[in-house]
Amino acid sequence: MKCLICCVSFTFHSTDFEVHRNWLAITHSLPVSRWYHENTSEWTLDYPPLFAWFEFGLSHVAQHFDRNMLQVENLNYASPSTVLFQRLSVIFTDVVFIYAAKECCRCVQEQKGSRDVLNRPSFVLAVLLLWNFGLLIVDHIHFQYNGFLFGVLLLSVAKHLQSQHLQGALLFAILLNLKHIYLYVAPAYGIYLLRSYCFTQDNKDGSIRWMSFSPLRLLALGSIVVSVCALSFGPFIAMGQLPQVLSRLFPFKRGLCHAYWAPNIWALYNVLDKGLAVLGVRLKLLEEAELPRASMTGGLVQEFQHSVLLSVSPSATLVCTLLSILPAVASIWLRPCGARGFLRCLLLCALGSFMFGWHVHEKAVLIAILPLSILAVESREDARIFLVLTTTGHYSLFPLLFTPTERPVKVSLMLMFTIFSFTALRKLHSGQGPLLRPLEVVYLLGLVVVAIACEVVFPLSPWQQRLPFLPLLATSVYCSVGVCYSFLRLYVRLLQRDDKPKQL
Amino acid sequence: MKTWSLVSICVLLGVVVRWGVSLNSYSGAGKPPMFGDYEAQRHWQEVTYNLPLQEWYFNTTDNDLNYWGLDYPPLTAYHSWICAYVAKIINPDWVELHKSRGYESPTHKLFMRTTVLVADLLIYIPAVVLYCLYLTDGSSKKKISTLLCFLLYPGLILTDYGHFQYNGVSLGFALWGILALGLGWDVSGSMAFSLALNYKQMELYHALPFFCYLMGKCIKAGPMGRGLFLLVRIAATVLATFALCWLPFLSDPSQALQVVRRIFPVARGLFEDKVANTWCSLNTLIKIRSILSGDSQLYLSLACTFLAVLPSSFRLLTKPTFWHFKLALVNSSLAFFLFSYQVHEKSILLAALPVCLLLNDLPLIAIWFLQASTFSMLPLFLKDGLLVPYVVTSLAFLFFSLYLLSALDHCSEDELRMGAYNKLLFFLPKMDLACVVRWKFYISVAVMAVLSIVSIALVPPPHLPDLFPVLVSTTAFLHFFGTFVYFNVVQFSEPPSRKSQKKNN
Repeated sequence: MKCLICCVSFTFHSTDFEVHRNWLAITHSLPVSRWYHENTSEWTLDYPPLFAWFEFGLSHVAQHFDRNMLQVENLNYASPSTVLFQRLSVIFTDVVFIYAAKECCRCVQEQKGSRDVLNRPSFVLAVLLLWNFGLLIVDHIHFQYNGFLFGVLLLSVAKHLQSQHLQGALLFAILLNLKHIYLYVAPAYGIYLLRSYCFTQDNKDGSIRWMSFSPLRLLALGSIVVSVCALSFGPFIAMGQLPQVLSRLFPFKRGLCHAYWAPNIWALYNVLDKGLAVLGVRLKLLEEAELPRASMTGGLVQEFQHSVLLSVSPSATLVCTLLSILPAVASIWLRPCGARGFLRCLLLCALGSFMFGWHVHEKAVLIAILPLSILAVESREDARIFLVLTTTGHYSLFPLLFTPTERPVKVSLMLMFTIFSFTALRKLHSGQGPLLRPLEVVYLLGLVVVAIACEVVFPLSPWQQRLPFLPLLATSVYCSVGVCYSFLRLYVRLLQRDDKPKQL
Repeated sequence: MKTWSLVSICVLLGVVVRWGVSLNSYSGAGKPPMFGDYEAQRHWQEVTYNLPLQEWYFNTTDNDLNYWGLDYPPLTAYHSWICAYVAKIINPDWVELHKSRGYESPTHKLFMRTTVLVADLLIYIPAVVLYCLYLTDGSSKKKISTLLCFLLYPGLILTDYGHFQYNGVSLGFALWGILALGLGWDVSGSMAFSLALNYKQMELYHALPFFCYLMGKCIKAGPMGRGLFLLVRIAATVLATFALCWLPFLSDPSQALQVVRRIFPVARGLFEDKVANTWCSLNTLIKIRSILSGDSQLYLSLACTFLAVLPSSFRLLTKPTFWHFKLALVNSSLAFFLFSYQVHEKSILLAALPVCLLLNDLPLIAIWFLQASTFSMLPLFLKDGLLVPYVVTSLAFLFFSLYLLSALDHCSEDELRMGAYNKLLFFLPKMDLACVVRWKFYISVAVMAVLSIVSIALVPPPHLPDLFPVLVSTTAFLHFFGTFVYFNVVQFSEPPSRKSQKKNN
C-alpha cells in the first residue's frame, strides 16, 4: 500500500531556509579546510561532515537553478528559483523516507482475517508515517531535511526487525555522521547489538551466555562503524581540525532551554523556579534586587541562571539523561526481548534525552514519535501511549509556525492527522473497550482548551503586550506533563515485559 | 472507518489545498493602473460601504464605472458590503473612498483570501459533502472518493483562490438548488437557484435545465391540479426571492434598469481574449469579427446557442428525471459556453460543476473534461503567476481521481454508455472500445502536458505572439466540443441500468 505525499510548495520563509542556503554556499565555494572555520554568517556549519558532503552534492545541482545562491556573501538570498530548488530537494530526499516506511510496513505483524484495506495495520502505519503532521510541518514548511534522516533511521530499525543487523548497524553509523543528534539513541544500538548480536546464543532462562561471544561479529560491527566515521571525519582529522569540528558540533554556550522551551523536565523546572521566585518576593523571603535580571522567559537563546532552585549545568543534564536511560539499557542487556525490545529501548533513550537533555529542540520529539508508530499499530497499550504522546508532541510544534498565514494550514493538518490516528487505531484495536483512559481523555481535551486560549483568545486580550511569552510557556508546560506521562508509561511497559518470555 | 471521520479528513485536505494555493499571487498583483480582479473586488467593497445604495450602479463623481464598475447582480454587492464592514473594523485604510485604490499589502491579502475561504466553508463545501453522501450511489468508500475528487477539482480552486473570485458562492447556491431538486424539494431548490442567479448572472447558463426539469415535473404531475399547484408555488418562490434581492432597487424603475444594463453589457463584441469556444476558434480560420457586423454577430450567436440547447432541453422536458437533469445541465452550460456572446474563459466552471456531479457515474469522461477545463485556463493562470499551483493541483487531481475512482478500469462500452455511438457509426470496423477510449485519453493528456510545458518554456515567434494561447484554446475547444456531442448522445440513449435507476425520482 503506497500513500502519495501531497506536497504543496508553500511560500513560507523561515530561518532554517537561510541556514541551508548558507551551507550550500559554504560547501560549494570554499575548500574543505575552510568549511568548519567559516563564520561570515551566524548560521555556521554544525552538522557532522557527512551532511556537509551531502550539501556539497546538492550544491552541484543547485548551480543549475541559480548560481547566486552559492555565494557565501549573499546572506538572506531568496530568489524564487532558490526557494524552488530547496523545496524540491526536500521532496526528493523524502524518497528515502517513503522507502523506509515501506520497509517498516513489511515488518509489521499482520493479523488474520480479511480486512478492508483501510484497516490493515500496514496501511495505517504507512499513513501515520508518511502523513505525520510533525514531519510535514518541520520539513516542508519550516524547512529541514528530517524526512531524509528519519528515513535512514527507520530503515535501520526495519533492518533490525528483519534481523539483518549488519545493514542496520551500517545505516545507523551513516546516520550518526549525518546528524549527531542521534547520539541520543546510540546507547540503545550499542547495547542491543553487543548483547543480541555478538553473543550468538542465550541460556535457557534468557540470561547471558558468556561462552557464545563471537569476536568475529564484534569485529565486523566495529569495522563498519570505524570505516564510516573515518570516511566522514577522515579529511578533517588529517588536517588536524578535529577540535574545531567538535566545537562546532557541540555548542554548549546556548543555554539550558531553547528560545521556545521544549516540553521537557527543564520546562517544568523553570516554571517551578519562576513560581518560587515570585512567591518568595511576595512573601518577602527574597529581595527582588538579588534575583538575576531578565529571565528565560525573555525568549532569547542565552545562558541564564536560575533564581531560587539550583542552576543546571551541562554535565548535570548529562548525568540525569544517563540515569534515566540506564534502567532501559540494563533491561535489554539482562533480559533481551528481541528486536521489539530494542525498539522500545530506542524510544526510551530518545525520550529520556529529550526529557533531560541540554538545549533540546522541540523538534526532537519526532525521534520518539515516528518509531512509536510501528509499535502502536501492533499493540493496544502502545497505541494508547502513542495517541497521548503524538497529540501533545505535535501540538508543542505549533509555536514553530506563528504567522497568521500559516494558522489555517497547521490547524487543518493537525486535525486531519489527529482524526485519522484516533479513528484508525481505535478501529484496529477495537473489541476491548475504550482505547484511552478517562484521565487521558480529559488531558487531551484540556489540550484543545489551551490551544484555543493561546491561538484565539490571547492575541485579543490585554496581556498580549505585557507578557508576550505567556502562550508559549503555557504550551510548553502543558505538553511537558503529557510527555513525562508517556515516558513513564513506556518505561512501565518495558519493565513489565521483562516478566514475559521473549517472543522474537 | 467511520464515515464522518473520513469526510472531515477530506474536507480538511480540501481546505489545506485551497489555502496553499491562496498563498500564491493573485490577478493583477503589482500591476497599476488597473490591476486585476482582486482589485475589482476590493474596489466593490469600497464602493458599497462608502456610497449610498442608489449610487452603486451609476456613474457619479464618486463612482467611476470605468474603473471596475459593479457588473454583477445585487447579491454580490451585498456580499461586498458585508466584507467591507469587517474590513473597516480591522483596518479602515482598506476601504477608504478613493484613497484605497490599488491598495496592496500582505495583511490585506490575508483578509481577502480569508473571505473567500469563509464563503466556501459556509456555502460550497457543505453542499458538496451533502451531495456526495446522499445523492451518489455506491459503497461508502466510493462516496468518499467522489467527495475527495470533487473537492480537489483544480479549476475552481485556482480561479477562486488564485485568480481571485467568488465563484464558490454562486456555484454553491446552484449546487444547493440541484441538491434540493434531487431530494424532491422543488420549492427550496428553486429558491436556492434564484439566489445563485442573483449572485452572478452567468448562472443563466443553468437556468434552462432548471426550468425544463421543473416544468416537465409539473406537466407530468398533471396540467390541472397538482402540477399547476406546484408550478404556482415555484413561480411564487422565484418571484419572491427576486423581489427580496432587488427590493432596494425596485423603488425607482430607472435604478432597476441601470442594474440590468450593467449586468448585461451588449456592446462588447463576440468574444474577448482567447476563449475556447466556437467563435474564437473559428476566428483563426475565418475572421468572423471583421466579416459580420455587430448586430449580425449577436443574432448568429443567439441562433446557434438556441439550436444547440434545444435538443437536450426538449429531452428533459419530456423525461424529467434527475439523471436527465444532470446531463441537461452539462449540455446546456456547454452549449452556452461554445456558442454564446461575450464568453469568458472562466465560464467553463459553469460546465465543470455539473460534470463533477457525474464523477460517480462516468468517471473517465468526467475526469478528462475536468482536466481539459483546467488546462483551458492555463494562459490566465500563467498571467497571474500561478504556474506551480496549476501543476501541483492538476497532477494531484489526476492521480487521486484515476486511482480512487478506478476510472481506467470502467471503460467498457456499457459503462461509457457508448451503445448509441456504435449504432451511429456502424460502418466502422468493430474495435475494442475500452482500449480506444483509454488511448485517446492518454494521448489527450500527453498533448495537454506538452502544450503546458511549451507555453511555459518557449518563447513564441515574433510574428505569432499569441501562438500558445491560441493553441491552448483550440485544443480545449476540440475537447469541449467532443464532450458536448458525447453528452448529447448519452442523454438520448437508453436510460442507465437498473442500479442507478433506483435513485431517480
